[in-house]
Amino acid sequence: MDDLAVIVAFYVLAAITLISALMVGVVRDLVHAVLFLILSFIGVAGLYITLSADFVAVVQVLIYAGAISVLMLFAILLTPRSGRDNAGVSYSAPISVLAGLVGATLVFVALKTEWAKVEGDRFDTTAAAIGEALLDPFVLPFEVASVVLTVAMIGAIILVRGSEGEEA
Amino acid sequence: VNLIAAWYDFDPFHELYEWLTDHTFDELTYVVIAVIGATGILSFVGLGALVNVWLERRIIGRIQVRRGPNRVGPFGLFQPVADAIKLIQKEVLQPTASDGKLYNLPPILVFIPAMLTFAVFAWAPDMVYADLNVGVLYLLALSSITSLAIFMAGWASNNKYALLGAMRVIAMAISYEVPMVLALLAPVLFAGTMSIPGLVDFQKEYTVWLAFLLPMPVFIYAIAATAELNRTPADIAEAESEIVAGFHTEYSGMKFGLFYAVELINSLAVSGIMASLFFGGYSLFGIEDYIPPWIIFIGKIYFFYFGLIWLRGTWPRLRIDQLMAFAWKMLIPLALINVVIVAVEVLLWRELELTDWVLAAYVAINAVLSVLLVGFFFRMITRDYYRLPRRVRLEHDISVPSLPAPGVQPVPSAGDA
Repeated sequence: MDDLAVIVAFYVLAAITLISALMVGVVRDLVHAVLFLILSFIGVAGLYITLSADFVAVVQVLIYAGAISVLMLFAILLTPRSGRDNAGVSYSAPISVLAGLVGATLVFVALKTEWAKVEGDRFDTTAAAIGEALLDPFVLPFEVASVVLTVAMIGAIILVRGSEGEEA
Repeated sequence: VNLIAAWYDFDPFHELYEWLTDHTFDELTYVVIAVIGATGILSFVGLGALVNVWLERRIIGRIQVRRGPNRVGPFGLFQPVADAIKLIQKEVLQPTASDGKLYNLPPILVFIPAMLTFAVFAWAPDMVYADLNVGVLYLLALSSITSLAIFMAGWASNNKYALLGAMRVIAMAISYEVPMVLALLAPVLFAGTMSIPGLVDFQKEYTVWLAFLLPMPVFIYAIAATAELNRTPADIAEAESEIVAGFHTEYSGMKFGLFYAVELINSLAVSGIMASLFFGGYSLFGIEDYIPPWIIFIGKIYFFYFGLIWLRGTWPRLRIDQLMAFAWKMLIPLALINVVIVAVEVLLWRELELTDWVLAAYVAINAVLSVLLVGFFFRMITRDYYRLPRRVRLEHDISVPSLPAPGVQPVPSAGDA
């Protein structure tokens, strides 16, 4: 991080990420909140790029900004009371206190930890390196993750289908 | 992310690059070359949007046996310019109940992914703006951003038709993203790289277009991309016969113009992806040594773009349930099976270190398998239709009522209608 451009990019992206994350909680409209969340995801993807992790950055945009947020939007649109806003949420004071505590803990941990510096050069082809890592040393966690996802999918289908007798 | 600073297909730029590296410092070289490259790409895209309006209207006119625009300038060439001036002059209307800033954002936002797509294309050897090693994934990520912007447009308009269009876009994006990703996995598996120049180099090295090796992914990608583009066979997001103009119902003037331009630019981008992933990019079996490769690449882009126009001019619009069913029942299973086939082939080829002649065998095998699989799935999908009785017959025995006695009026029953 000795390059000036990278430092500037880091602070700009960090500002985008944090402000939009804050706006998720502050704005009243639920759809606006999701859109700010997407902006925050994209800011995080930018941060990954400053770390030369281009594969993770692109996947962040593809999965979080592209797929997950779309699912959230769909869920909001299909909810009958999607017109309601954040003002209707009770417990906002205790939740803010909780969120503040979590944030404070994270900052404390981040400041306290002795971060290990990466030795040596970065990967030139991150995608190939990640692919080899996933399919050679980490093949078991990788496959277990896919099994977990399948279980979640089957569970969702069973929940949606309702009981045996009724139609669809 | 490295910028490959060698646009030396254009000789003066190469000399400029060398002079800059020799006489100035690296940052300046980087900036100057990046600005020149970006200007080149953006002018191609901007000019392309103008030319495409004319091309599209003229060719569709030709297909539909009418003339198309032919009054403004020679062959009507200045019609897009006149249209643009008209659109800029129009009054900017904004519905009072619309969602303020969110309403004005999408026409700008859709432009960003459309422009960014062109950054990773290989226009010629060493003529790549950004050689990302995750190029294919990058393209997919951008296409998902476009549908988000379109959703924002539909939501912020605060119009029922616009919202319906937006929901259709989202539904279609979810459905067609899956076969698209699976189809693009096949060339990546064969070439062993995700960078676009890498894929083109693979096709050049083995003198075989991936389209021949992978006939099925080509068609799956072409169909899925047309759906994501929102062009006529699949433009259910703006289906004017059903929901007025879909997501851009409330956009007038240049805001509508921007949506329209982005649609054309995205068509160019999809043609470019087709050309570079499946049809050899800038290479044309050795001819690229005599003709500037970027001309070959642009030629290929416009070849596929012509195909898209042809589709638009001839096909009727599909219904939304037909489109969804096609993605989930046909494209996704086919793409999944195809990924398994390709993975086995690549594994055999790489692990057993077979000679490269095995690629010729794969061409034949994949062609036969694709025809068989597509035929099988078509039979599966259309089974219900073919099971319909071809001529009138009795499903089960019915008791024939005895004829009423002469003179008695038969009582009409509900089934008579």
